[in-house]
Order: sequence, then C-alpha cells, then structure tokens
Amino acid sequence: MIRESDWGHVLEVVAAWLLAFLWAAPLLYATWAAFHPMDFVSRFDLLAPLTLDNFRSAWNVAPFARYFLNTFMLVCMTLTGQIILCTLAAYAFARFDFPGKETAFILVLIQIMIMPDVLIVQNYLTTSKLGLVDTILGIGLPYMGSAFGIFLLRQAFKQVPKELEDAARVEGAGWFSILLKVYVPLARPTYLAYGLVSVSYHWNNFLWPVVITNSTTTRPLTVGLSIFGAPESGVNFSVISAGTLLAVSPLLIAFLLFQRQFVQSFMRSGIK
Amino acid sequence: MMRLDFKTTRWVYAWLLLLPASVLMVAFTHYPIVGGIFSSFFSTPRQGRPSRFVGLDNYAYMANDPVFWQVLKNNFIYAFGTIPVSVCLALLMAVWVNGKLPGRAVVRTAYFTPTILPMIAVANIWLFFYTPQIGILDNLCGLLGIPSHSWLGDPRTALGCMMVLAVWKDAGFFMIFYLAALQGIPPELEEAAFIEGAGRWYFFRRVTLPLLMPTTLFVLVNSTINSFKLVDHIFILTKGGPDNASSLLLYYIYEVAFGFWDTAYASTLTVVLLFILGALAVTQFRYIEKRVHYQ
Repeated sequence: MIRESDWGHVLEVVAAWLLAFLWAAPLLYATWAAFHPMDFVSRFDLLAPLTLDNFRSAWNVAPFARYFLNTFMLVCMTLTGQIILCTLAAYAFARFDFPGKETAFILVLIQIMIMPDVLIVQNYLTTSKLGLVDTILGIGLPYMGSAFGIFLLRQAFKQVPKELEDAARVEGAGWFSILLKVYVPLARPTYLAYGLVSVSYHWNNFLWPVVITNSTTTRPLTVGLSIFGAPESGVNFSVISAGTLLAVSPLLIAFLLFQRQFVQSFMRSGIK
Repeated sequence: MMRLDFKTTRWVYAWLLLLPASVLMVAFTHYPIVGGIFSSFFSTPRQGRPSRFVGLDNYAYMANDPVFWQVLKNNFIYAFGTIPVSVCLALLMAVWVNGKLPGRAVVRTAYFTPTILPMIAVANIWLFFYTPQIGILDNLCGLLGIPSHSWLGDPRTALGCMMVLAVWKDAGFFMIFYLAALQGIPPELEEAAFIEGAGRWYFFRRVTLPLLMPTTLFVLVNSTINSFKLVDHIFILTKGGPDNASSLLLYYIYEVAFGFWDTAYASTLTVVLLFILGALAVTQFRYIEKRVHYQ
C-alpha cells in the first residue's frame, strides 16, 4: 500500500531529475555533436561512429593554442594584480584608522554595483590614451583594483584576532611582515574563494575583451570563440561544438574535480 | 607629541596601502562615471570638428530615438520575464537538492554547471538549437507537427529565445544562495512543526519562505543587475536583430560607441544605464542597512 505522500515524493524525484536532464542537455548535446560526424548531429544513433576529426578541424581553423595562451596570461596577470592590490587596500581598511576612511570605503562599494563592464565607452577612451588598446594588460587593468576583492579580504582580516597581531608586534615584527605572516595565511580560504571566482569570471568575460582587442595575439578564448562560431565563418556545428568544448574544458574539468570549492566560493562571494 | 607622530605615520601608511588599488579604481570606475555624465553634455568630436558643449541636445535626441525606447522596453521585458522564472526555479532546485533525493550530487552538478560556462560558449550551442530545420527545437516541433520556424529571425520570438537561455544560465547560480540559506535553517524547526501537525507545504510557506526573504531580495537585486550587465549572448544569437527586436541597452551602447563611433551619444545612453544600476544599488544598500538594524 503506497500512501499519497509517497507518490508525491516519487513525482518530485522524477521532476528534479527531468529538470537536471534539461539543464545538462545542451552540454551533453554539444559533446555528442563534437564526437560524431556532422551527419549524426540530430540523429541519435548509439552505433554512430565516434571521431576526433571535429577537434582536429577546430584546432586548425582557429588559432586556439594562441587563444589559450592569451586567456591563461590574462587570467594569471589579472589575479596576481588583484591579490596584491586588494590585500594592501583591505589591510588598510581592516586595521588602520585614518581620516577619510568612511568616504574611501563608500567609494569602494560603488564599484561593487557599477563594475567596469558597463563603462566600456569611457574606459576605451582611457585605455587608448594609455596606449594599451589591443594588449593583454589593457584587458586586465580595469579589473585589478577590485572592490569585491577588497571587500572580501577586509571581512577576512577583520576576523583575525587582534592578539595575534599584538603578539607579533611584541616580537618586533613590522606591519608588513605582520600582514604577510599573520593576516595572509589566516585568510587563505578567502583567497581561494576569490581566486576561483576571479578566474572563472575572467576566463568567461567577453564584452570588454571584444571592445579592447583586435588581433589574434591578444584575443582571449571567448572572443576567439565568437569569431569562430559566427555563421560567416562557415564552420559546421560539429566543429563549432568541438571548439566550444575545447574552450570550456579546462574550467569545466577543474569545476568537476573541485566542485565543492567552486560552489562554496561562489556562495561566499554572494554573501555580503 | 610622540603619540601624534605615531598617528600621522599610520595615516600615511594607510593611504600608501590604499594608493595602488584606488588609482586603478578611480581611473576605471569613478572617472568614467563622472566623465561619462560630463561628455553626455558635449558633441562627439569628429574629424575637423572638436567636441563642443551642446547642453541637453544628446538627451533630446535620445528621447526621440525609437531604438532607445525599444531597447529599454526589451531590457525590462527581458528582466521581468526571466527573473521571476529563474528565481522560482532556483528555489525549487535548492529545495530538491537540499532534501532526500537519490543521486543528489549529480543533480546539483547538472543545475550548477551552466553557471561556470562562458556565455559565448553556451550561446554557440543554443544557436544551433534554434536553427530552422536542422536545429533541435525544429526537430522536436516536427515530431509534434508544428511547422518549421525561424526562431531567432522572427521579431516575435527572438527576445523570448534569449530569455530561455538566460533562465537556463542563471537559475543554478541563484540556487546556491538558496541552498546556503536552507542549510542555515535549524532542523529542529521542521521537527517541531511536524510534531505540531504542520504539513510540508504549510511549513514551507509559513516558515521556510519568510526565512528565505533576505536571500530572495539579494537574488532579485543581483539578477536585475545581471540582466542589464550581461549581453554577450546577443553577439552570437541575433546581434540585436531582427530590427532591434532582441537588443538590450548595453548592447545598443556597444553598437553606438563602437559601430557608429558616436561616443557622446553612447555616454548619454550609459548615463541611463548608470541611473538604473544606481537605483538598484540604493535598494540593496537600504536592505543591508535594515538587516544590520534587525540582527
């Protein structure tokens, strides 16, 4: 005898799985298309021959190796800049009293709501005055003074017990070595969270890079992918799928391996 | 005297620590906000004609620009069409993933994965779904006897196609905030309620939902910001067409600035976008303030 509530539960499980299938479908489908010849793109035959030709063509049609290198350099450069600058600024906000602190912090908060992404017009003009149009530094620079990073690190630093700092000071440590030896190690989870969010953000970012780059030597993967996937490029869907999978695979694999860290980082980044 | 010196040194240190980050922040956030507002009162410098003060001319032009009103309308339809759906789905996903569900980890991964994929990449895949005749959508419709349709080429369906993509992309992201909030609700509450004879739905409506209110507000504000900030998929799917039917405000700004090189008008449009984002910011700050008072 099955009770009514059990049926409700079964129904819920089915619905949850159905939704999960719908959510996974585009990626599964792209994987199907990438590993099969174009003829099987909308014919799901389990005996269809598997092939790696699409990946080979994608790799040959577009300079993916260069795009990968560009994205890799962009992500590393941006994150390094962000971590250094935000650590210093967050330390000032967390542990120093100085005139204008409140105002400065409000100015920082403004950037959390209005990110450089929407200010493409003026930022293009500024970057061009700096002579950084079509450089990887030009893509990363506007994001390096990251309000979000300052905010997260400030929270983390504030939770460090003051006694630890005092103890270090008694031993004769200066403020810089206190920062490096006491604060930074204790804020490691925050650095990890911020790092993961920043890397995924800049790996995926598109609008500003498309505005500021115009050559193969600077274009990140997303911009390369948009040229490659454009209907004018005349590449078929199997090859586009293969290229798309190539471009997302490093981040996707990292996500599948370190899922817990990713989810927690995104969670942490949202809880302000 | 000694004490004052120590204090002054601390001030100098603090400002030195702030300096590198503030220079970049001012250069790429505050200066462009102010500079954008400023240049909205000037004409675009063209060859042989330097920029000159034009007062409110750019704003008058904007008020008479049908494309501006169209993209603004599109953006609001896009926001109000996608946000309620993705927020409800996010809540549903969180409740499911938080409960006793066989294969919970797999389901959670499936929900969350779209979040970490670049919009450009998923738009490439979705573009093919929407392709007439050979695309999946037309194939499915064919099975149901619905005739082939140019989903992205029809002004009536183009924006809708993008909204479906946006819901798919965002719901899993918002799910994790609900998940975090749900895990923060003490299980004793539920036990107590069931002993009192409350049903599951009653408990959800009367206890869970009110407790999730702060999360809902946070998600609402952030999803609204997202809908004005993220336009990557337009580049792949429709380029704003047909006839601006699927264009959004930021995409129009991009077109005006980097297609027509009318930077003054693009700045004027940016001021509108900043105004919208500013209003959302005020909403969020007021809510944060409230939370500080109540806790």
